Amino acid sequence: MNFSSLIIPVLLAGMALYGMGKKVDVYGALTHGAEEGLSVLLRIIPSLVGLLTAVSMFRASGALEWLAALCAPVLDWLGIPSELLPLMLIRPVSGSGALAVASDLMTTYGPDSYVGRVASVMLGSTETTFYTIAVYFGSAGIHRTRHTVPAALTADIAGFLASALAVRLFFGV
Amino acid sequence: MAMTWVWSGMVIISLLFGVLTGTLDAVASAALEGAESAIELSLSMAGILCLWSGVMEIMHVCGLSQKLANLFHPILRRLLPEASRDPETLAAVSANVSANLLGLGNAATPLGIQAARRMAQGCGGVASNELCLLVVLNTASIQLLPATVASLRSASGCRTPFDILPSVWLASILSVAAGLVAAKLLSLRDRRRT
Repeated sequence: MNFSSLIIPVLLAGMALYGMGKKVDVYGALTHGAEEGLSVLLRIIPSLVGLLTAVSMFRASGALEWLAALCAPVLDWLGIPSELLPLMLIRPVSGSGALAVASDLMTTYGPDSYVGRVASVMLGSTETTFYTIAVYFGSAGIHRTRHTVPAALTADIAGFLASALAVRLFFGV
Repeated sequence: MAMTWVWSGMVIISLLFGVLTGTLDAVASAALEGAESAIELSLSMAGILCLWSGVMEIMHVCGLSQKLANLFHPILRRLLPEASRDPETLAAVSANVSANLLGLGNAATPLGIQAARRMAQGCGGVASNELCLLVVLNTASIQLLPATVASLRSASGCRTPFDILPSVWLASILSVAAGLVAAKLLSLRDRRRT
């Protein structure tokens, strides 16, 4: 038994007990939330279809290897496998696109490989930066975003580097 | 629009590479396989995604989000001193942060927008330092349980999809810290210039 297999059952039971203590309709909330999860899924399916098509064409054509080989020396020096380059390029632009690329990496290399783990951590520790910036400033009526973009991209790059570092720290290579 | 360029670019480059390197057959079948695998993937991650969305909703309904929000008042007051002077903005920011922590993106965005609009009042379309900071905080991920990633991992055959949690937390903290430090430093540079 390890820590992570304890999390799920404890969290589920804890939530149920806490909710019942608060006299909340636990089951109603659960199903309502699950419905929301389904609508999230429905919204990402179309872009998954689009992007997985493009990504798998890109891989099959050999263009991906070429691009990765081009950037490999720099990434290698940073401890990031060059297979993760497409993920890092698409992450700030499209959330569902990043999901598609990461799923492709995990099917190819396995979810418990170094590449698969770093891809998971990268996905979990960063956000769709440009989408967020567009939504927030768009609705607040801001034209001059000043230092937001460079600062947000700094956070993304730091997140990518830290992902590789954290996986090596917690899992070994 | 950005995705139009990304998608079209990838398809066109694949065609060019396919022709040049003689992998056109593989490219053609890859296109169809890609579309097919998208549906397989969505089906296999549907269950976990729905379950976790449900759990997060329970946390929201029984007031745990509000508890989390209260927890963040002291930190936010220091991070965004001007915005915190307005209690309604502070409440919106706290709720935004706690929804982000729970991974409730749908709930976090409207709350954050509400805060951003209040903070943008009377600034003539120029983002203030604190507004930049709020947006940077929202472009970085501070999710405690990355449910989508976990469902993706288990969809591709992982038995312990949550074993990446400590790594995700560490990477998130470092990423958020880097973003906040960068925003602070860049805002200092701005002040000196004007």
